[in-house]
Amino acid sequence: MSDTHAQSVAFVRDTEIPASPPPVAQTGAVRWMRENLFSTWVNALLTVAALYAIYLIGVAILPWLINGVWTTPSLTACREVLQGKVGGCFSVLTERWNQLLFGFTYPSDQYWRPGIAFLLLFAAAAPVMFFKLPRKLLIITALYPFVAYYLIWGGTILTPVFALLGFVAGYAAYARLVKGSFALGIFAAVAVAALTWWIGGMITDAVAPAQPWLEEVPSRDMGGFMLNMILGVTCLSLSIPLGILLALGRQSNLPLIKAVCVVFIEFIRGVPLITLLFVANVVLAYFLPPGTSFDLILRVIIMITLFASAYIAEVIRGGLAALPKGQYEAGDSLGLDYPQAMRLIILPQALKISIPGIVNIAVGLFKDTTLVSVISMFDLVGMIRGPILASAEWNGVYWELFGFAALLFFVVCYGISKYSQWLERQLSTGHR
Amino acid sequence: MKKSVFVGVLALAGASAGVAAAGTLDDVKARGTLNCGVVTGLVGFGAPDANGEWQGFDVAMCRALAAAVLGDPTAIQFVPTTGKTRFTALSSGEIDVLARNTTWTFSRDVDLKFDFIGVNYYDGQGFMVPKELGVTSAKDLNGATICVQTGTTTELNLADYFRKNNISYDPVPIETNAEGQQQYLAGACDAYTTDMSGLASNRATFESPGDHVLLPEIISKEPLSPLVRHGDNEWADVVRWTLNALIAAEEAGITSANIGELSAQAGDAPEINRILGTEGNLGEQLGLSADWAKNAIMAGGNYGEIFEKNIGEASPIGLARGLNAQWTDGGLLYAPPFR
Repeated sequence: MSDTHAQSVAFVRDTEIPASPPPVAQTGAVRWMRENLFSTWVNALLTVAALYAIYLIGVAILPWLINGVWTTPSLTACREVLQGKVGGCFSVLTERWNQLLFGFTYPSDQYWRPGIAFLLLFAAAAPVMFFKLPRKLLIITALYPFVAYYLIWGGTILTPVFALLGFVAGYAAYARLVKGSFALGIFAAVAVAALTWWIGGMITDAVAPAQPWLEEVPSRDMGGFMLNMILGVTCLSLSIPLGILLALGRQSNLPLIKAVCVVFIEFIRGVPLITLLFVANVVLAYFLPPGTSFDLILRVIIMITLFASAYIAEVIRGGLAALPKGQYEAGDSLGLDYPQAMRLIILPQALKISIPGIVNIAVGLFKDTTLVSVISMFDLVGMIRGPILASAEWNGVYWELFGFAALLFFVVCYGISKYSQWLERQLSTGHR
Repeated sequence: MKKSVFVGVLALAGASAGVAAAGTLDDVKARGTLNCGVVTGLVGFGAPDANGEWQGFDVAMCRALAAAVLGDPTAIQFVPTTGKTRFTALSSGEIDVLARNTTWTFSRDVDLKFDFIGVNYYDGQGFMVPKELGVTSAKDLNGATICVQTGTTTELNLADYFRKNNISYDPVPIETNAEGQQQYLAGACDAYTTDMSGLASNRATFESPGDHVLLPEIISKEPLSPLVRHGDNEWADVVRWTLNALIAAEEAGITSANIGELSAQAGDAPEINRILGTEGNLGEQLGLSADWAKNAIMAGGNYGEIFEKNIGEASPIGLARGLNAQWTDGGLLYAPPFR
């Protein structure tokens, strides 16, 4: 065969032609743009329009950012530096950053305390958020509320210690008695815990030093973004267990429990949060005996927690309703009692389905904490609208301050949302 | 509906508070601090500064009162209140006195059951226009576009004034003061109308305040007064006469500079002696120490000094005394005699 060719053909190529590069239009950035940006003339038009919009936004914002002034003591001084040029007066952030983050009355030499509490929050949240971490780390999570309280509020260390002891004693009583009866265990736990707190309170009053190791900071001195974080984290972590209980109570066979849960949930969902906050701030003052100072932050935490728990209960009820009846029957057929069936079979599945809804409420709840500025608490927005905009130096600065507030909230909320997407992939709730 | 519930709650509160707070003066003395309701932030009138210290015209009233009652101008628990929480905070007993640029009106005094103890600032609605328009009187504003906050008495006063003078205008409705400021600066309206003190503090934040003028006409009455709960006359007297002492001190020429000298011993002016407690027993009659007024004046100076420091022409706000001058200077401040 090869002979014939050798005579009849002048040249036979014995190596492969090197691959020539693909046409320019079919490769790299050009191809990507053709496929994604200019695939049809409508898309091309939209791309051009979008680019023009980006250009306009950039032209408007970039000089403002680049010419920004960061070091002046007041708006007037800032305008003198700018000499009529476009530019942001970011010096309000550098001068008042501490008020924006911690409020205006938190002692400035104690800022490290909320700072550490904030960092520890990640350590405490990690074991809950990432299932692959060793379960023993949950001890950190359990201890965190007491440590954080001690760091932020200060005062005598005995208060959080006795609070913790109360829980430990209550749990010990529960663990001893729960084998006999679940209800007996619960009641014993509550009684033992209350007794411990009562005794602890008396001991604390008797032996508390006049000069505690960490200076005591009263609740009314909390403010700024710290207050938003305190309210958001506390209320969310309290409202999830409460919401689960409410959701289960609403499905209960006992008419009384069911009625109480239904009335509670429907009442709270029928009332705007701002009304509840006004009740906490204003109306409660009439019902309490004169002279009692029931901590305002505590009142607000209770109200926001109740509010969020009603919504979370409804989300979880949706999860419970989505489970096939066979799951409940499976629990029964294994001979599990109600708490066991719920804990081992029903709730893990129901909560998995409920994650997107709960995250949705978490994000909303966190943003709703700014409503407390209406009842004259100085959270981040309250600080901006009140003291900072009312100071002779900074009256008239709007974009820089509210932009900063938006940035802080965006970072937190975007973080929550990204985490929930990751969690959904991990649990692959999409299989249904 | 909403309003009637609100008023009902207030009435209930008023009834219970009357019993609970029979002796505010004794309560304050026993507590050792004065609970003073202030604004959450209003330029010149009350706001915490960069160090977290409360400053301002209304705050100075609290400080003078704390000094008069307790001898210490810093023995105060400031309770910030919003426009929505201020009256309930007072009637529920959370605060002893509300010094928060609150206008003295009939229904607040009578229906809400408060005692307004005396005007500490005479405000009123005015107009701000750009200088280049060349307008010198509100009556020249025929056919002008005017930015006005909707749903406030400001809007009604404006309509009344223009109808009375038989001239027309074109309202540009705005929601908040911040929005009004932006609209006015952007040229969406020829004039901006709100309370004079608000106009002045707005103008102080402009890039070139000199390009804007406040017109001389004042078209409404807004007497701002500190207030206390109805039914505790001893306490109301203490607050009222502390304010009067500040005003009378200016009239009599007692300043924070010369008060040490004047109060060292009884001088030739009997009124000064009675105010400062070197003669007579006015302090005792109020249930306070003899040097109560001296302490009050030393807290921040007399009325004129407080005015100049916080909102006067030397401050960034730059308000003229106007109606708030002494009666001897053509103003409305007229403290009853100390005798």
